[in-house]
Amino acid sequence: MTELSHLPATPRTGLRRWYRGRPALPAKRVQFDQPLLPWLFLMPQLAVIFVFFYWPSAQAISSSFYLEDPFGFGATFVGLENYGAALGSGEYRKIAGFTALFTLLVTVFSLGLGLLFAVKADKIIRGRATYRTALISVYAIAPPVAGLMGMMLFDQHIGPFVTLAGWFGWNMQVGIDYWDTAFALVLVSVWKQVPYNFIFFLSGLQGIPASVREAALIDCRNGLTRFRTAILLLLAPTAFFLLIINITYALFDTFAVIDVMVKDKPANNPITLVYKVYSDGFRGNDIGGSAAQSVILMVVVLILTLVQFRWLERRVHYG
Amino acid sequence: MNRTNLIDHAVLILATLFMVLPVLVAIMTSTHTAVDIHSNGLFLTPAGHGAETYAAVLTRQGGFTGQVTGTRMMINSLILGVGFAVGKIVLSMLAAYALVYFRFRLATVMFWIIFTTLLLPLEVRIMPSYQVMSELGLLNSYTGLIVPLLASATGTFYFRQFFKSVPDELLEAARIDGAGPFKFLIDVLIPLSKTMMAAIFIIMFVYGWNQYLWPMLMTTDERFFTLMRGIKQILQVWVGSQIPDYNEAFALAVLALAPPVLVVVVFQRWFIKGLTESDK
Repeated sequence: MTELSHLPATPRTGLRRWYRGRPALPAKRVQFDQPLLPWLFLMPQLAVIFVFFYWPSAQAISSSFYLEDPFGFGATFVGLENYGAALGSGEYRKIAGFTALFTLLVTVFSLGLGLLFAVKADKIIRGRATYRTALISVYAIAPPVAGLMGMMLFDQHIGPFVTLAGWFGWNMQVGIDYWDTAFALVLVSVWKQVPYNFIFFLSGLQGIPASVREAALIDCRNGLTRFRTAILLLLAPTAFFLLIINITYALFDTFAVIDVMVKDKPANNPITLVYKVYSDGFRGNDIGGSAAQSVILMVVVLILTLVQFRWLERRVHYG
Repeated sequence: MNRTNLIDHAVLILATLFMVLPVLVAIMTSTHTAVDIHSNGLFLTPAGHGAETYAAVLTRQGGFTGQVTGTRMMINSLILGVGFAVGKIVLSMLAAYALVYFRFRLATVMFWIIFTTLLLPLEVRIMPSYQVMSELGLLNSYTGLIVPLLASATGTFYFRQFFKSVPDELLEAARIDGAGPFKFLIDVLIPLSKTMMAAIFIIMFVYGWNQYLWPMLMTTDERFFTLMRGIKQILQVWVGSQIPDYNEAFALAVLALAPPVLVVVVFQRWFIKGLTESDK
């Protein structure tokens, strides 16, 4: 669950206007006119945000330009060197490559399965509530718990998946073999995210008016074509919103899954960029390098959000 | 018609198995002994050793200093979940009230400042956040666990949407009746927001309870460990042991997943409503 994942499905005008560079409209026709009272109400939120958001963010940016002495004897200004060191290193690029692949796989599979399950659950009347309850329950399971369960299912000694793979002649070694671990990480991460997509797709499908469905039924007899040309089009805003959420999920929230499943042995195991920020900063004590990587990730998130609100949104048809 | 219906059901049954089986395996296996699991693998049937395993996980003094029990970790998770949810509701409701119902200078700037926090998840600023916390002396405290997580605008966003959908006539009527800002908030807006608050409470409780990275960094003192932190701990002890305590690990996982899953399942109508349609 990222912060973003709690947003309502369709971004509302205020935020959208802001991204387009226009000021937010006054929210209400009638408003109170006391000039000081609103500050009293805003104060707690602002205080928390400044101390725990703006201050650390500023510190991340500033320390990304310094080389900090690991023993605490001051810091030297090194300009963009930390960035160069990160982007130039083969290890970083390898991890970035894995992060991209991992994000792609997790996003595609969890969106696809979520959509498939939602379409089926939407069609069925008898037992719908039971299926829905069963499918959403996993939403509430924390990523580290999912990781722990995954670890057991892929355990070298007791894991049924290892046995299953053995029947097909696949000597699966999660935690030792790079790609086997990657496979397990993707599977666990997808499993954890499917319910979220299911909830949104199902509620999107149920929001499609019966009249539209009937019209589509008259226009097109082939179920699959009808789904592709009518229903999917109407789901596009939901799908697009979920796309961004799933990317941020794969980038950031899978940290716990990875941390639990690679068991502190990131050396020859697949990890993502967020994991590297953490391990360089807290284990490697490379504060400047970790900060530079943080800033790179911040830029990635910024770009994603801007893309979400500015560019792709216009291409999505709102029914 | 019948044939497609069968296929639909088949897909959904497979989906249910895919989602629920791992949880079922965790619950069932936690009732077997470690030796049993070690020699026979995972189980889908219950055995009679659940009580002693759960009792051991909940009450045995564990960890390096012997100061932490499963019960303690559960209480800490509960404090984090509830504290976070309540804090979020209070902070964001007040802020949204100011943004929606007041005309004041810098309102737009404040709106920007608050909503920018949506862009950067805690994970990307984790290291400097940690440094700030240690400068403020907030490591190993409930304040340090909860308050930094509140530094985001999700709740404010929800309440702002909700307040905007409240009819203007209510405020007009309240003002004619002579109600000031406080009276309007307490007597009109808060009663109106009850369902909204319940939905946000559920979502935020689950979010707080499930936090992993932040509690892991913030707490070195075992008295502040949450269940998620305990999972990390159990794995570290595990590496290198002859017969790992599979049963206890599963029991811990079940304890960690049961409360949020139950909350979501029991209150699923509110929860889904809050998640998907905050503008109604």
